[in-house]
Amino acid sequence: MIRSKHLALLLGLLALSPLVFGQEDNCVTCHREFEDEQTGPSHMFVRDIHAQKGLGCADCHGGDTAAEDMEDVRRAKNYRGVPTHRQVPDFCARCHSDPAYMHEHNPSLPTDQLDKYKSSVHGQRMFRERDAKVADCISCHSVHEIGSGLMPHSSTHPLNLPQTCGKCHADAEYMAEYGIPTTQLDDYRQSVHGIALLERHDLGAPACNDCHGNHGAAPPGVTSLAAVCGNCHVLEAGLFKGSPHQEAFSQNDLPMCESCHSNHLIVETSDIMVGSAEPAVCVQCHEPDDGNAGLQTAMSISTAIKELRLAQEEAGKILAEAGAKGMMITDEEFLYKEVNQALIQARTQVHAFNADSVMAKTTEGLTKAETVQTNAASLIDEYYFRRKGLGLATVFITILAVALYLKIRRLEKNQ
Amino acid sequence: MPALTDSRIYKWVDERFKINDLVDYLSQKGVPQHRHYIFYYFGGISLFLFIVQVITGILLLMYYRPGADTAYESVQFIVANVSFGWLIRALHSWSANLMVFAVFVHMFSVYFTSAYRKPRELTWLTGMGLLGLALAFGFSGYLLPWNELAFFATRVGTGMAGALPVIGDDILIVMRGGEEVTGATIGRFFGLHVAILPGLFTVLLAAHLVFIQRQGMSEPLGWQNTTAAGRKMEKFFPNFLLKDLLVWLIVLNVLAVLAVFFPDGIGAVHWPLGVKADPFAPPPEVIRPEWYFMFAFQALKLLPAHVGFVEGELFGIMVFGLGGLVWTLVPFLDRKSHTGEINRLFYAFGWLVLAFILVMTVMGYFWE
Amino acid sequence: MNQQKSTRRKFLEIVLGGGALATLGSILYPVIKFITPPAAAEADPSQLKLDFSRQDLIDEPKKARYFKYGKDLGIILLTGAGELKAMAATCTHLDCTVQHRPDLGIIWCSCHNGKYDLDGKNISGPPPKPLAAYKVKEVGDAIFVSREEA
Repeated sequence: MIRSKHLALLLGLLALSPLVFGQEDNCVTCHREFEDEQTGPSHMFVRDIHAQKGLGCADCHGGDTAAEDMEDVRRAKNYRGVPTHRQVPDFCARCHSDPAYMHEHNPSLPTDQLDKYKSSVHGQRMFRERDAKVADCISCHSVHEIGSGLMPHSSTHPLNLPQTCGKCHADAEYMAEYGIPTTQLDDYRQSVHGIALLERHDLGAPACNDCHGNHGAAPPGVTSLAAVCGNCHVLEAGLFKGSPHQEAFSQNDLPMCESCHSNHLIVETSDIMVGSAEPAVCVQCHEPDDGNAGLQTAMSISTAIKELRLAQEEAGKILAEAGAKGMMITDEEFLYKEVNQALIQARTQVHAFNADSVMAKTTEGLTKAETVQTNAASLIDEYYFRRKGLGLATVFITILAVALYLKIRRLEKNQ
Repeated sequence: MPALTDSRIYKWVDERFKINDLVDYLSQKGVPQHRHYIFYYFGGISLFLFIVQVITGILLLMYYRPGADTAYESVQFIVANVSFGWLIRALHSWSANLMVFAVFVHMFSVYFTSAYRKPRELTWLTGMGLLGLALAFGFSGYLLPWNELAFFATRVGTGMAGALPVIGDDILIVMRGGEEVTGATIGRFFGLHVAILPGLFTVLLAAHLVFIQRQGMSEPLGWQNTTAAGRKMEKFFPNFLLKDLLVWLIVLNVLAVLAVFFPDGIGAVHWPLGVKADPFAPPPEVIRPEWYFMFAFQALKLLPAHVGFVEGELFGIMVFGLGGLVWTLVPFLDRKSHTGEINRLFYAFGWLVLAFILVMTVMGYFWE
Repeated sequence: MNQQKSTRRKFLEIVLGGGALATLGSILYPVIKFITPPAAAEADPSQLKLDFSRQDLIDEPKKARYFKYGKDLGIILLTGAGELKAMAATCTHLDCTVQHRPDLGIIWCSCHNGKYDLDGKNISGPPPKPLAAYKVKEVGDAIFVSREEA
């Protein structure tokens, strides 16, 4: 039998339940009921880094979390609602550009994103041209499931970033009015960097932001391209800077690195790129008898590298033959790797555009290749020596066996 | 040629050890001449190959280092850097395989001539012991290079021991030196291979040889029924011994040819050094035991998951165990052979076993 | 006739003896060569004695030298403070050979600007893992290198 005493206790507990079970966020409670489970913010938000930091709907959108009616929510003084496209950067920057506030939540995060954004092409078009299509914060970071770029599922993680940029930049229709190409993502995917990052998951390879910047995204200028590439390709950039091409390129406003290697479709380099005739890239600018030793140098470099490469192939062939004959070639394989190292160094030296420095490396490599060839050849000789040795031993044993047989026969005859 | 007994060395030894009676007894020893005569050589061939194993094994011991970090590298070192290391290793591998083959031929020829019958029961028992030890030699030695091939074959082989009821798990742990095949397994297989098994083998071999010398060569069934003229005997010393030596020379040459031309084995019986064992790598597509275990491996593969209420693998092991027991006790079970008569039942059983082994072995290699 | 037989017998004895000696020789020759230790004493020694001294390192412009340890390439360098440090010399990114940069106090990989500190720890650039460190021991003038315990 339910006594009124019990009822009062029950109601009292219910009233106090928010204190027992924590303040219920009515935004979430209400919105959960009608929002789609996959795409509704109230469902997605649990994955968001802001939720993990203890922030709720009202921390960005304002309003009263206890209110049970939208009217009450909108009436709240601090209600900000849903920002327009133009309002988004400032909306996020309210916290993210406030160093004091950010210091309380994540002291290591920079707070210059809005400033950088304003200097970027995206930011310039947003604020100056009032472009309704240009990227804002949520175009790249998503909204309601924002994740740190270190998290594999985040849209700003290096493995996902090319796809995120490509959402606009690879969409020819969307980008039609801007007059810039939309082939970058495709080109990148076929490039050594794209393959390294997206297929081999080598996080040392650059994604879009490593060359273009993220918040301050802008294409590297003609003069700064070498510095950008040179962040990783230090030797090549350094050699180039000391080479005759540095002045020639900057005087003629030619983009360094890109002129020979392209920007997005950077394919694996090959020895045919340097030389005095097609398909070498040198002929793009140099002509025979044009007053400089360009093509001559290119020819010398090409010849030197070719010589080393052929020596390497030759050594590799003999080495493989020795290995196929069952000889152990681990020591020679070790040396063979050094030949490859010399070849890599010679190819790097190409960027000095000086035949002597290239030949210094190829000579080193040739000596090592020769050693490999000699050693492998002696292993093959050993292979044949074994058979000769066996032949000799067989002769001895056969002589002994025949003599023994005759002895036995003699023994039996005499018995 | 002057008689042995006239030499100064002989007189010196006889003075001290009184060997005249013994030498007299041994010089009476004869070898029966009959159409299965050729099988008399196989015991000696097994012995010769064992001697080769001991010599090459001791030589390999000078450079081999047991242990997960050093075993593979030391074998590679032997083959690549040590003078004639390739030869010693190849001889050891080939001689091991040929020895097992010779031992099987020897055993079957003894079986089919019923040479196990009274009074040679103990010779047969010691022989069965030697067979078991030879197989143990093969199994333990196979792991020592610590390459991928050996690692997985050992894992499967020791895993089968774990299928035994009650004691299976404990046996597996003792064999492996732990739950898994690791460097600890190398340690105990090595101790087994170079110390325990050689010791046991030498004791059993000595007994086996003493029995043979004391009792002489077994005569084929019905030998006594042939005429005195038909019963030709050849002197063991020096005639048969010299012939044995000749056969050993030929076997030595065959070994040498195999070692030079096929240092890594031939066909499906292959033992290239390959890659080092990696316990975390996925097993290769084809895991094979050594060829002399193939018949058992294949038979177990063919068994269904369950036979009655018994697990298939266990059933197979029990059947093999029973078969092995019958085979070992055959001198005591085959009463008929004591009288010199052919026992058709045991003959048939022998052919059945041989056929089974051959069919299973061929199937294991060619049937997928 | 007996003389013929006797000479034939003697000839047989000689051939038998000669054959036995030759066969014994062809067995003993490889055995003796086998037990003679080869130039490289061990496959992967637990401890390697370098064939150069501290002074050689001081004389090197980059204050470092390479050495072969088993199957791997190693580098040994002299720090600014005069300490000897040794580690594997193969970059953990794409297998280029690293070098000592005494001017920067780091180990550097020229292929993609990977940087390691002098203990081999990867500090910048693409390398995903540190370089395996080796232990260095100086006994008199000699330098001994051994792999770190796992």
